[in-house]
Amino acid sequence: MRVKYLALGLSLAVAGSAVIASKATAQEGIFVPLLTYRTGPFAGSGQPIANGMNDYLQMLNERDGGIGGVKLLIEECETGYDTKKGVECYEQVKAKKPVVVNPYSTGITLQLIPKAAVDKIPILSMAYGLSASAVGNDFPWIFNPPATYWDGLSMMFRYIGGKEGGLDKLKGKTIGYVFFDGGYGREPIPLLEQFAKDYGFEVKLYPVPAAEMQNQSAQWLNVRRDKPSWMIMWGWGAMNPTAVKEAAKINFPMDKFIGIWWSGGEDDARPAGADAKGYLTLNFNGVGTSYPAIKDIQKFVVEKGKSQVDKTKVGENLYNRGVYNSVLIAEAIRNAQKISGKKVVTGEDVRRGFETLQISAARWKELGLTDFGAPITSVSCTDHNGHHAAYMQQWDGAKWVKVSDWIAPMKDKVRPLLEAAAKDYVTKNQPWPKRTEPCDKSS
Amino acid sequence: MFYREAGQFKTSYSADESVFPILQDRIGIAVILGLAFVVIPLTATSFTLSSVLIPVLIFSLAAIGLNLLTGYTGLLSLGTGGFMGVGAYACYKLTSLFPNANIIVLILASGFFSAGIGAVFGLPSLRIKGFYLAVATLASQFFLSWCFVRVPWLVNYNVSNAIEVPTRTMFDIPITGPNATPMTRYLVVLSIVVGMTWLASNLLRGRIGRTWMAVRDMDIAAELIGIRLYRTKLLAFAVSSFYCGVAGAMMVFLWLGAAEADSFNINQSFLILFMVIIGGLGSLIGSFFGAAFIWGLPIVLKMLPEFFGVKIHAATVEHLQFMTLGALIIFFLVVEPHGLARLWQIGKQKLRVWPFPY
Repeated sequence: MRVKYLALGLSLAVAGSAVIASKATAQEGIFVPLLTYRTGPFAGSGQPIANGMNDYLQMLNERDGGIGGVKLLIEECETGYDTKKGVECYEQVKAKKPVVVNPYSTGITLQLIPKAAVDKIPILSMAYGLSASAVGNDFPWIFNPPATYWDGLSMMFRYIGGKEGGLDKLKGKTIGYVFFDGGYGREPIPLLEQFAKDYGFEVKLYPVPAAEMQNQSAQWLNVRRDKPSWMIMWGWGAMNPTAVKEAAKINFPMDKFIGIWWSGGEDDARPAGADAKGYLTLNFNGVGTSYPAIKDIQKFVVEKGKSQVDKTKVGENLYNRGVYNSVLIAEAIRNAQKISGKKVVTGEDVRRGFETLQISAARWKELGLTDFGAPITSVSCTDHNGHHAAYMQQWDGAKWVKVSDWIAPMKDKVRPLLEAAAKDYVTKNQPWPKRTEPCDKSS
Repeated sequence: MFYREAGQFKTSYSADESVFPILQDRIGIAVILGLAFVVIPLTATSFTLSSVLIPVLIFSLAAIGLNLLTGYTGLLSLGTGGFMGVGAYACYKLTSLFPNANIIVLILASGFFSAGIGAVFGLPSLRIKGFYLAVATLASQFFLSWCFVRVPWLVNYNVSNAIEVPTRTMFDIPITGPNATPMTRYLVVLSIVVGMTWLASNLLRGRIGRTWMAVRDMDIAAELIGIRLYRTKLLAFAVSSFYCGVAGAMMVFLWLGAAEADSFNINQSFLILFMVIIGGLGSLIGSFFGAAFIWGLPIVLKMLPEFFGVKIHAATVEHLQFMTLGALIIFFLVVEPHGLARLWQIGKQKLRVWPFPY
């Protein structure tokens, strides 16, 4: 008997799955899927970003009734930061004609890059993903503003130069680089080595393998032995708090320890508490709840119980990073509506919207986000990144404090590397489609 | 009643030795193949093809590979993910060296690289067994993962440290890359999987398979009746890794489209091992059941709430899916510890004697 029920159950499951898989929903609006990760090993970083992205778009729906009068259909798909699930999510949302996809993982972005041009869906990988995709002629469908990792590294060196009294003072010194041992952490190494040659310092590399993120004592023992003048970090997830704690443990001067923008969450510095005081990271979005738009989020979304966020965490760095990401999406959609004259825009329109994206200081103010981000001025047909400025923030023991003005990247050093990397990608992936999309004039 | 073989007389040795001796099975397999090759490509959506069926078939092949080693030869391995990676990276190197060669030939050829590496890492199996061997193969997993990250030659010195799949065509139809339709990729995967399953079933019924099973059941006894252990065990490692390597190459080239070293980590090895255990050790059809259960069911579970019009957050769905899948795994293993394949067998037996079970 038992077996019979089992067989019945199994056949029902199979039949049911066929029906479910073939069902698709359609609704009037602009479909914006968000690939997020609230589960898995990187959930700690993924949750605030997911909340920020979701809440800003929801706020636009609640406050303004969407963009240009058209509601945004927001849907999250859980990737768990897993590339296989990410591709599954992409295939799932693709059927509903999304206007833009945010993979929120470098691994997933790499898989989507070739697909984007075929499916006509723009990909926004905000300051992550493949840096070379900034070259618009080769990657017309991929956008990675506001800055690439190479820009980030050059900004760090501008800051270091300012503190040392000139980059030529670095001669004979040692700079340590602790990084996630994978594509993400390895990418800055060529530029770092070039800087070492240009300015005459020595580079020490401390790779942290993915499996050893929470156990870095070996790397930091070496740091103690090598005594570098500055430490630079490219970390993500559990790697960040561990590194900050280890650095504090060996009494490394924290004001000489700089992390990239993905190493600057509150939860990265907080576990080390007062010992982390002085720790620096780059950032390209404002922190805190003093912005009118963030206040609107609190009023229209959070207090109405429409968000999953913990009320006290609104305005934290990674939450605001999510908001920044959604501002880019919303502005691109608005721009697309303006260019195409349509209300319900498609992926093709939004691609053009991204290519002519402009967020001036005045526009930031209009959005209720005065000085929240550097003005987005130089995204264009050929430059899908724009190489915008970021600022340095410092942990004061309880919160992040802005300690520098906007720092511009060394575009002259970064751009040739990008062009070369893009050319390399294209030659290795022959036949790579030639750009056929015409250029719009900047609005 | 349904599976009665009464009246089906075998009049020749070849009829007696055939893979499917019972007429009902032959009809069944013909119907399944007809569905898989004709009906599904015509009716299934692109999501079903590219996110459900292609991965399930690829994982089935990897599970068959591990099953040859663990289920049929009794050698426990945790290196599956690494061996799949060898296949994928080998295929990437091959296609960048020989861009004009047929990609299907290259996918199959990359299995040989995996087989070679597998045989080398199978050497410890000559001295150790059971859990100790599992630890030795675990070492191979870590070593290979390390290589994928640290040897830039493997990724053609890409800054992204990932392998990307270029467009490759056969008869002017794109098979890999973004322009390949899900249907083409599905048919290629299906043909390779069906062909290699047929090969495996014949391998297992022949001398080689029998020596593997003899080693699994008692290696000393096998040695006494004249089976050379080292050749048998290394051959099992090589053939198993060949299957895993082809599965890995297909995973990157016909499913994902790009891969980082992280795609072939220890979790991948565990995933395949779970498929083999849930499906049934020592069973080919069990490998398919296991892959469908572990990969296909979560996708269906994920869609259930939306299907019934219930709005739940994506993350909650994920948690629910983990819990349901965990509960189902425990349920099935309690009902039948020998896996889904054994359930299938019992079901067939029940159908045969129905409606008079005694």
